[in-house]
Amino acid sequence: MSLDALIPSAIDGLMLGFVYGLAALGLTLIFGVMRVINLSHGPVIALGMFVVYVLFTNFGINPYLGLVAALLFGLVFGVVEYLIAVDRVINEPELTTLLATFSVNLMIVGIATSVFTTTPRAVDVSLGSVSAGNVTILGTHAVSVLVAILVAVALYGFLFRTRIGKSIRAVANNRSAAELMGIDSRRMLALSFGIGTALAMVSGGLLSTLFSFSPLSGAGYEVKSFVIVVLGGLGNPTGALLGGVVLGLLEGVSTVFIPVSWVPVLEYVIFILILLLRPQGLLGQRS
Amino acid sequence: MRAMRQITALATAVGLLAAACGGTTTTTTPTATTAATTAPTTAPTVTKTLNIGFTNSQTGAQQVASTKQTEGIKLWVDQVTKAGGIKLKDGTVLMPKITFYDDGSAVDRVQQLYTKLINDDKVDFLLSPYSSGLVKAAAVLSEQNGKVMVTAGGADDATMESGFTNIYQVYTPASKYLTGAIDLMLKLDPTIKKIAIVNEKDSFSTSVVAAAKPYAESKGLQVVLSQGYDTGTADFAPFINQIVAAAPDALIGGGHLVDGTTFAKQMFEKGVKFRFVSLLVAPPEPTFADIGDAAQFIVGPSQWETQVKYTEASAKTLNLPYYGITVDAFTTAYKAMFNAPPSYHSAGGYAAGLVLQKALEDAGSSDPAKVKAALDKLDLITFFGHLKFSTETKTHGKQIAHDMVYVQWLKGTDGKLATQIVWPLEAKSADAQLRR
Repeated sequence: MSLDALIPSAIDGLMLGFVYGLAALGLTLIFGVMRVINLSHGPVIALGMFVVYVLFTNFGINPYLGLVAALLFGLVFGVVEYLIAVDRVINEPELTTLLATFSVNLMIVGIATSVFTTTPRAVDVSLGSVSAGNVTILGTHAVSVLVAILVAVALYGFLFRTRIGKSIRAVANNRSAAELMGIDSRRMLALSFGIGTALAMVSGGLLSTLFSFSPLSGAGYEVKSFVIVVLGGLGNPTGALLGGVVLGLLEGVSTVFIPVSWVPVLEYVIFILILLLRPQGLLGQRS
Repeated sequence: MRAMRQITALATAVGLLAAACGGTTTTTTPTATTAATTAPTTAPTVTKTLNIGFTNSQTGAQQVASTKQTEGIKLWVDQVTKAGGIKLKDGTVLMPKITFYDDGSAVDRVQQLYTKLINDDKVDFLLSPYSSGLVKAAAVLSEQNGKVMVTAGGADDATMESGFTNIYQVYTPASKYLTGAIDLMLKLDPTIKKIAIVNEKDSFSTSVVAAAKPYAESKGLQVVLSQGYDTGTADFAPFINQIVAAAPDALIGGGHLVDGTTFAKQMFEKGVKFRFVSLLVAPPEPTFADIGDAAQFIVGPSQWETQVKYTEASAKTLNLPYYGITVDAFTTAYKAMFNAPPSYHSAGGYAAGLVLQKALEDAGSSDPAKVKAALDKLDLITFFGHLKFSTETKTHGKQIAHDMVYVQWLKGTDGKLATQIVWPLEAKSADAQLRR
């Protein structure tokens, strides 16, 4: 155990937690609005990585501008995915929609693997760093935190301040009542799926500036997203962001006290404890 | 007329079915007479199909390396076929035919498919999938069914220390992966005293560090930190903070492609001052350069590189026979066939086929017992290096002669990053450098 590493590890974990939170926002939004457990979430995160990577390596587009492309591509991709794979089974039991999105998962992984192979890729971007003592804050990590916060704030503004956002929330609260009020619930559900997918792609794009990746990299982030969503409260966007920060911090700090290979064990112990003791999550309300 | 057509169609269908079913086919063709003035001799050339089976990972985590390995095998088959097959002393010619399936990088698929290759496809010999975990699964089935298997792509020591009698390993075992890196490091800077050892917690990487740690200690080095991380770990920042706090002079370890690349990238970003870093698997990959300057000075072990210098002359100095294609000819033929340079995985695949070919020629038969005896006696230099198998009971078939080469990413005079062989000294293409 080395306390010299405690502060820098806590800061690293905290910063990464915001990106985890952003990834989980997409998952929780989709579940909150339509009760669909989106198993294509991980591969979509990986697709976001490759959108940024392809634009950067083939066209020289700055990775942070590439995030805008990832956002737009994610929105369209999500709407199309909803209309093709989810819409016709939206009223079926949750297992049916889960399997529908899992089939999309397999398709994305299969196609991406044959196009990009599983060779690791990296986006070579550096924004310098600031050091004080044994703490080093990387520019790429700081920008990722800023982008994650900006996107989360924009999402809240959209959901609470715009007519369409309010319509989405109405559909989430009571679909039948929303339809009686003249809201086209199918359109809102498709849009929500698109926004959730766009958030996952943006988080993937941000992660591509931090770590190496392959088409299979999304799986790990998908599992983390599920842990975060349960931690923060299923269907609760604020809880997802908070859950991400908590998980990131936990990953950072725990390595100082326990071997690195035990960190996932700790994460899943907490996951089980939350399910047992507070199934509604940190910010969820008891139903 | 209609009946005639039906009979013809039926015969064609039966013929096609028989062809599709494959299996060992035997054709006999008379050989050409050697001189016009002598009466034609009737010694026939018996041509047999040599069925070779294996799985490869067309999907999943091992796809890239496995595809390269398969390409190496395909090149070997192509060259043997063009050369008229494997000619045995009794006049038999064996024409290799490969049967392979996608294992999806999954152990359970390997188990199912090797069972199919042995029981349904009735292959004569087996080659291995890529990666230690998959090789181990295939080796168990191969051994249970008494099939000879030459493994490429599996370096794990544990598999080859299981007392198997039918498995032959082409790769240098994992236990030797980083010992050369330690020698190189101490040659470069004898003042290095403290090292950190980190590794992915899979079978292969664990085997590597299990051997590297006592070797480092035997060289007087103090191991200030030795820890494993889970497969799939994406963020190494907290881990690196912990390593920095232990203040090592150097770091060795790693695991596979994605984790090794991220680890190198994050060490560079955090400005760590380790004087020497050697990581497994990732550095020899061309896409390691994607991380830019973070790749510079990173050392990695490799089974083979295009710059290696195994020649007939080097074989003579060791008083050993040289067998098969030259390094340059292999590289040229591979580039021509696949439009890309070969990696060590490609060379390993070709070498596995080459070893089987040599054993068949030495045995003069495709009888597994005779081929096994020939493999046990094999001791030669090829384009892949020195190959010889252990005949000890516990380690039977383990590779005991092949040496690793070590590459380092260095900037050339044009400022571009490229790999250079830096160890062993007799094979180096550039001088190794400490990290700056």
